Amino acid sequence: MAEHVIKMPDVGEGVAEAELVEWNVKVGDLVREDTVIAAVMTDKATVEIPSPVEGQIAWLGAEIGDTVAVGSPIVKIDVAGDAPASEELADEAPKVDSKAVAADPEEKSAKAEPAAPPAAEKKPVPASVKSTAAGPTSTGAPRPEGERPLASPAVRLRAREAGIDLRQVPGTGPAGRISHEDLDVFIARGREPVVTGLRPDTSVEEIKVVGLRRRIAEKMALAKSRIPHITYIEEVDVTALEDLRASLNATKRPDRAKLTLLPFLMRAMVRAIAEQPQLNALYDDEAGVIHRHGGVHIGIAAQTPSGLVVPVVRHAEARDLWDCAAEVNRLADAAKAGTATREELSGSTITITSLGAMGGVATTPVINHPEVAIIGVNKMMVRPVWDGSQFIPRKIMNLSSSFDHRVIDGWDAAVFVQRIKALLETPALIFVET
Amino acid sequence: MKEISCKLLVIGAGPGGYVCAIRAGQLGIDTVIVEAGKPGGTCLNVGCIPSKAMIHAADEYLKVSEMAEGKSPLGIGLSKPALELKKTVAWKDGIVGRLNAGVAGLLKKAKVKSLQGWARFRDGKTVEVETETGVQVIRAETIVIATGSLPTELPFLPFGGKVISSMEALALKEVPKALAVVGGGYIGLELGTAFAKMGAKVTVVEAQPRILPLYDAELTRPVAKRLDELGVTVLTDVKAKGLSSKGDALLVETSDGTETRIEADRVLVTVGRRPNVEGWGLEEIDVDRTGPFIRVDDQCRTSMRGIYAIGDVTGEPMLAHRAMAQGEMVAEIVAGHRRSWDKSCIPAVCFTDPEVVSAGLSPEEARQGGAEIKVGQFPFSANGRAMTLLGESGFVRVVARADNHLVLGIQAVGSGVSELSAAFSLAIEMGARLEDIAGTIHAHPTQSEGFQEAALKALGHALHI
Repeated sequence: MAEHVIKMPDVGEGVAEAELVEWNVKVGDLVREDTVIAAVMTDKATVEIPSPVEGQIAWLGAEIGDTVAVGSPIVKIDVAGDAPASEELADEAPKVDSKAVAADPEEKSAKAEPAAPPAAEKKPVPASVKSTAAGPTSTGAPRPEGERPLASPAVRLRAREAGIDLRQVPGTGPAGRISHEDLDVFIARGREPVVTGLRPDTSVEEIKVVGLRRRIAEKMALAKSRIPHITYIEEVDVTALEDLRASLNATKRPDRAKLTLLPFLMRAMVRAIAEQPQLNALYDDEAGVIHRHGGVHIGIAAQTPSGLVVPVVRHAEARDLWDCAAEVNRLADAAKAGTATREELSGSTITITSLGAMGGVATTPVINHPEVAIIGVNKMMVRPVWDGSQFIPRKIMNLSSSFDHRVIDGWDAAVFVQRIKALLETPALIFVET
Repeated sequence: MKEISCKLLVIGAGPGGYVCAIRAGQLGIDTVIVEAGKPGGTCLNVGCIPSKAMIHAADEYLKVSEMAEGKSPLGIGLSKPALELKKTVAWKDGIVGRLNAGVAGLLKKAKVKSLQGWARFRDGKTVEVETETGVQVIRAETIVIATGSLPTELPFLPFGGKVISSMEALALKEVPKALAVVGGGYIGLELGTAFAKMGAKVTVVEAQPRILPLYDAELTRPVAKRLDELGVTVLTDVKAKGLSSKGDALLVETSDGTETRIEADRVLVTVGRRPNVEGWGLEEIDVDRTGPFIRVDDQCRTSMRGIYAIGDVTGEPMLAHRAMAQGEMVAEIVAGHRRSWDKSCIPAVCFTDPEVVSAGLSPEEARQGGAEIKVGQFPFSANGRAMTLLGESGFVRVVARADNHLVLGIQAVGSGVSELSAAFSLAIEMGARLEDIAGTIHAHPTQSEGFQEAALKALGHALHI
């Protein structure tokens, strides 16, 4: 019998550890060469680990959510498939197997879209879990029609407070008595028959915060605890910009990406940053050093099925409008497909966040630490504007922008946003050489 | 007087009302309770408690009387005792007084505002209370009607003079020489027995074929036997017709139509109790009735929003502990908890001699419910402890389903069995099976062993019989 050990690979420059986010196999599974065994996540990229050999999985060295140091063994595979070797493992197998099953729902919830309500996730309960939960109930004989459910006063009270009709709860006790355990099982399984009327749902689902969600959580906590935000909201009349955008889109070359507002904003930011370079910086607050960058690398916050990611348009200062649009599209597609590389998902010096049609009136964006500024785009709406003699319809869009008040004064923040506003309201200025 | 506003107003401080108010107070509900008399209601003032005091005094008197007559098998002899009923009544009043103060104290401790006076509904949210100092208007979000019940009067035997209800019977200055009791239910028998023990010549008149008609014949047989021993004349199938013209006798008519006289210097009428639904403005509110009672659902809600009713005013069984359980439940409902009436049984106790306890279904009721049943009965004559207490009459009986041995009912008759009622109702409430009772160690030597043995008997393997 030969055992092949797979260690946590070195998944990126300077990465010392990675988080295990997915197991594709469980103990006892047969794997071929190149079968994907697991997925691990580093800073921002997810890396799949293939099996280099053919054999049977003998041991899994981490649970989902565990952070594993590079070089630590994570999987052991038996490569000699002779009988004694597999028998030797047989007694251990069921134990570890059940562990893997238990991890299953966690994996589901980790993969599920965080925005989805927990109730929606309840439906596709893994079959293995359902059968375990339903196990003890199967011994409870069905209660004849009209028979009063038998339960102690304490069980009755508990059921009442949980909004459970005891008639629907199978009793496993003597004479079909409903025990506290029966209630536990019933509650865990979820009430199946939907009864009319409003009922409180007291279920609590535990969802392990792993993978990208954990990274987002850590990043947000870091940003909000370290950075004293100042948020500045200003409205921008984009009527002229929209006219320009429409005419450019109408006459664009077919191979070019359709223009959205984003490339204009990026170009406007490049112009504004040229005048206020302190906004395009990374503040290393532990070292007490500001790294002011020449290149404008604009992070574009994007919602993906697994959560928020920030692909980066590098060197926006060296890209024209069309190029910006093309790069944004390419990165957005990559991020949504989950194929964006680590490099494409890091290295920004300033960030744009937009919720598009969901943008609302104002937001309070959280700075992408260690950057010092983030520009939030709110929803564009047609609003009546008084022109001195009458109300006229104008396309108005708010910008909600946050700044690191430790290094950016409110005045500078206001000047920056006002400059972007001026550029967007008279879009020709964006393109005029100075 | 300035109006009072509160979240919860309880009308009547009987066992249902005061428990409701205390629980509401505990739950932080701003509560007011109104009572015209003393706190504790019928139960504490003129019912359960004082009657049990008088019954105990009568038992003690009888014991020493028998000892004086040289009838004691215990070998105790003494000279002829004397009973000074005034002192007995004063002792009883002392107990009642202490409990009155106790209830008032509990209400105060729970931060409930107590108001003495006669309440009357003005509308569904407003009640006027006639107090000593004037009319007090109370506005309440929720009102609980806990007005209780009153002794039923017979039109041809109105209360007054020689004709007394249980209330007056408990406050007599002297033991009547001859007492006629109309109604052989538990109240009549409890009091009739007590007066017989104190030396009265007691005759019980019951219109039904037997006494304690709500219990089965087997259960009431030891009581009938004891009444006979005590020299109480029990006339069944006999109807009271009225007082003789001189007022010195009760006229009765037997089933064959013959009229006879029963000499009596007091006539105690105990033909039941009726809900107290008059004199407090029930007509001002829109509340449905079932017969004479206020109709309530399983949460004690009446047909009018925000008005609850608990206790005797809502129907049978008219028992203090039912009212208390309802009161507690209503307080919790008002506090926003999810509660509804889900009790498996309401035990009932007759403090006759011997005592009778019933929890759950009798064999007959269980059979009527369509169940195949097993019945196990164990006599106290086979119980060591009962023998040492001179209490060999009576038995414990367990009724269970034949298929799964679920205990449906437990009855007992015997001296002191009232204290076994806790075990009985607990067993039923917990959904016990015969095996649960049989498998529980019951302390020796106690009468409770009879309970375990009855369960064993139903299972076919009683040990001591």
